[in-house]
Amino acid sequence: MSHDRIYRSLGFRSGLEVHQQLATKRKLFCRCPVGLNNGEPDARVTRHMRPTLSELGEYDGTALMEFKTRKTVVYELLRDSMCTYEIDDTPPFRINQRAVEYAIEIALLFHCNLVDEIHITRKQYLDGSIPAGFQRTAVVGLGGWIPFRGREIGIRQVNLEEDSCREVRDEGHQIIWRTDRLSTPLVEVITEPDLETPEEVSAVNALIGRILRSSGKVRRGIGSARQDINVSITGGTRVEIKGVFRTSYGEALTANEAKRQRALLEVRNELYRRGITTETFEASSVDVTPIFAGGEEDLLPEGFVPGPAVRVVRLNGWHDLLATTTQPGRVFAHELAGRVRVIACLDAMPNLVHSDNPRVFGLTDEIWRTIRHAATATKEDGLVIVWGVARDVETACAEIIDRAREATVGVPNETRQALPGGLNRFERILPGPDRMYPDTDSPPTAISREMVERIAAALPEPLWEVEERLRKLGVSEWEARDLALSPWRDVFEKAASGGLLPVKRLAMILTGHRRAARRAGIAFDSIPPGEMERALELLGRRTLLWPGFVALLVRLADAVRAGNGEEERAGIDGIVKSDRLTPAMGEEIDMLVNTMMKGWTGGIGVDIDAAHRALTGEVVYALGPRADGAAIAKKIGERLRGMR
Amino acid sequence: MQDNPYKGYRPPALDKLKECGARVWSDVEMETTGGVFSGIILPRAETADAEHIVLKMRTGYNIGIRADRIVSMTVRGVKEAHYRIPEQEFPYDDSNPNVTLLGTGGTIASRLDYRTGAVIPAFTPGELYGAVPELADVCNLHTEKLFGIFSENMGPKQYIALAEAIGREIEKGVAGIMIGHGTDTMHHTAAALSYMVQDSPVPIVMVGSQRSSDRPSSDAAFNLRSAAYAAAHGEIAEVMVCMFGPTSDSYNLLHRGTRVRKMHSSYRSTFRTIGDIPLATVTPDSLRPLREGVYRKRAGRAVRIVPAFEEKVTMVYYYPNMKPDIIDSLVDNGYRGIVIAGTGLGHVNRPLYDALRRAHDRGVALYMTVQTLWGFVQMYVYETGREIMDLGVVPCDNMLPEAAYIKLGWALGQTDDLDEVKKIMLTSVAGEITEREPHDGYLVLQGGLPEVQDFLKNHMM
Ligand SMILES: [Zn+2]
Repeated sequence: MSHDRIYRSLGFRSGLEVHQQLATKRKLFCRCPVGLNNGEPDARVTRHMRPTLSELGEYDGTALMEFKTRKTVVYELLRDSMCTYEIDDTPPFRINQRAVEYAIEIALLFHCNLVDEIHITRKQYLDGSIPAGFQRTAVVGLGGWIPFRGREIGIRQVNLEEDSCREVRDEGHQIIWRTDRLSTPLVEVITEPDLETPEEVSAVNALIGRILRSSGKVRRGIGSARQDINVSITGGTRVEIKGVFRTSYGEALTANEAKRQRALLEVRNELYRRGITTETFEASSVDVTPIFAGGEEDLLPEGFVPGPAVRVVRLNGWHDLLATTTQPGRVFAHELAGRVRVIACLDAMPNLVHSDNPRVFGLTDEIWRTIRHAATATKEDGLVIVWGVARDVETACAEIIDRAREATVGVPNETRQALPGGLNRFERILPGPDRMYPDTDSPPTAISREMVERIAAALPEPLWEVEERLRKLGVSEWEARDLALSPWRDVFEKAASGGLLPVKRLAMILTGHRRAARRAGIAFDSIPPGEMERALELLGRRTLLWPGFVALLVRLADAVRAGNGEEERAGIDGIVKSDRLTPAMGEEIDMLVNTMMKGWTGGIGVDIDAAHRALTGEVVYALGPRADGAAIAKKIGERLRGMR
Repeated sequence: MQDNPYKGYRPPALDKLKECGARVWSDVEMETTGGVFSGIILPRAETADAEHIVLKMRTGYNIGIRADRIVSMTVRGVKEAHYRIPEQEFPYDDSNPNVTLLGTGGTIASRLDYRTGAVIPAFTPGELYGAVPELADVCNLHTEKLFGIFSENMGPKQYIALAEAIGREIEKGVAGIMIGHGTDTMHHTAAALSYMVQDSPVPIVMVGSQRSSDRPSSDAAFNLRSAAYAAAHGEIAEVMVCMFGPTSDSYNLLHRGTRVRKMHSSYRSTFRTIGDIPLATVTPDSLRPLREGVYRKRAGRAVRIVPAFEEKVTMVYYYPNMKPDIIDSLVDNGYRGIVIAGTGLGHVNRPLYDALRRAHDRGVALYMTVQTLWGFVQMYVYETGREIMDLGVVPCDNMLPEAAYIKLGWALGQTDDLDEVKKIMLTSVAGEITEREPHDGYLVLQGGLPEVQDFLKNHMM
């Protein structure tokens, strides 16, 4: 594909971090039940996060940025889903052993080398998503791989960690979190940056998801799996895109991020051409509140209420660059706006106006002339206007200047947030390894060899081997994937080897028809496997025809749903008999055909074919699930021919 | 740190390190029977087992590898780092009050050794300024490190040294004093200083942290800033404890040193005033008194320091079925004073009577407090109480057991005359006995009640 060539020529590199919640009943470090709680909060707690000093005796980049935002963090507490651990008022309890075992199993599924002793590490987050200010996380396995299109994708690490809070609202200087999800055990599967096109990213993401599901130890449902994608191109920097909930966006996201990085590199090259480097970069900001406040109101466009403070940033030599396209519908100025939104908490969008798109808000040439004059700017410079509370506006100007300076280097190290439709926006500076340090509250946990051996012995068959075997039986790629993770896999394989039904038909029943049945509200999966096998057998022997088979499955599913025990249920043969599900044969059909055709004389000009179809339809309708359409059509055909 | 190249390692892990020519801080690649692992070898916790070697990987994660799985190790170098607190000169501002921070060993501000997780305390004004620069907004800070011990190791020697240091600082003319202290025994020290430092003209504010300052959610900086405000600008010249009010970081409480107690093993808002209401709420830039009847800040440098403590004093927490030999053995071991935390209004069982009489006859000072913490000892109410008083046990009104224990040590440190001791014990020096218990001095809200749930829903807890 030519697209692939383009990505290869860009030096596109991508890796995945898949976070998957584990299906434990309790949380990782306390005894609270796992599960979301959408009730009214019972209470609220407010905190502030403060950066801690890092290795260089300075605050870590992320930490500093998040401190600048001066956010008040509010936690919503719900009695049934949190305890004092979640609000960091109790040290952690011993790690959930079940979760450790699940994580080991998953690490083995990904062919990882297991560590011998789990060490809990703290990973700092200052956005408030974890009340302690750090997430407890631990490496379980390293250096694994999974097969993908004839090659191996490296699995760098499998971690066991606690989930963070759910964000409720982030507005201005306040962010609200709900503590129910916090500390839910999850595994994080991190691949090497081995993925070479956006299409590979989404294919491998789906593969990892299926391998995780094949363990049977993971939670399902919305929010139970989250993916981060790391993207870089040659000359760019690793950028992490968070919150990729919908894999269908994955491809567009990665593709758009590659485009954004290329655009940023082009901006850098253009800056070089203009003689602007990190060393020669110049910018400044000036207060222009008076221009917008009073006196000259008639200058202001209707509905534009800047303030209470307004400043303008002058970026020397930047004219035209602010409008450089970065992603579809986005320009470089959005890079500035993102920083201003997150760091200065000016989140009413649009939060800035720039000289390369001067007409926003209908600002007139006259205002721009006044501003340009106030900023002592020439036509060669770029101007950015920001407004809001004075303190925030000052933070915003400093951030705009910082971000513009980073453009002279190229692609800043950022964590970006996935948006619907495949765009992304700034979330935070990508933190470095300095934010990791040992958790002094938790002792190391040795993984015994006995435990590993026990888990390894019970490991499910590798997913790709199952899929391969199914494909060899003759089912389609899609059906193989479905069946490999399906509760009906064993029934399928047994029936397929029995040869009673063609493999393709069998696969269709247990995949496509199963889906349709479930959509129609039929509890297909609750049918006991033994009964399903027997029903398939009856279908294969033509004791049941398709309509009878379907009617039987509906009856079986209903019986299970009604909670009838094995003894109370009539049994398949009983149902078949009592519901008269077997097809009508010979005489019975003859009698019906006779009744239908009574008084039918035919005659000249009658369309025999139409009559054949109409009569067949009536008989089939009358017999319902017992109708053998082919036999009936044949019989009526004979009669019609006889009358001619 | 560089003293022991195998810090924390014992055989067999130690033997493996030596065999491979590796040590703590070696940058290694290990080939094991279960794959290759690389990273820097970290010191091992003394309490951890002897089988594993700890590696810090490039990603920042730590892992443990069993020594007997290691086939070979390639040492690529040694990467030892020493972490220091960045020091910046604490700015001096003429218009700000001078405050002295006395250190006892608890870490209020600190930074982290990212590799071991060890906490390096910040203490000098320069270090503190590096960690909590906001302090310079409210005071000119001077610090003095008196000792470097955990709070559970604080004792009479330290109480006296602290009291004397406070006396010196007051003489120098400081506007307020802060004392950094571990939280576990902060209320014992607070009581001791309340007795030993009398008529202080300036605030004496004890402060610590429940979550160490290496974590972003630590209460340390907020406590320190609030304490600095109370010391520099507060009007209350008493020995006080300044810690979180609610678990939210919205305000701190100032508790009187003799009425405060640590009430939760881990909550941020662990300190509570018992049997009274707190003195004030305080934030990093404001103070709001909650009550009258406090000692106010005064001009002048006069203060009375009464440094004395008898170590042979003990506290007995009574329980049903207590045997007399408990009391006998204390007497036989030369204890000169016993504070009993009795049940209910101040009771013990009858089998102890003879032992108590014997103790009294031998000149042991016997005092009664209540293990209910809230409420007065009332020994006239029941026959039992009157009998126990007849044995020579003196009721301590509503003195908290810890406050009474510290006071008895202090009183016996001053005199052997038991009548004099009794006079000291029953004369309130710093609010350890109150004449009246306010109706809202006992407020333990019970969760689950609809009206309490309403309160929690509408106020930050
Ligand atoms: Zn919990």
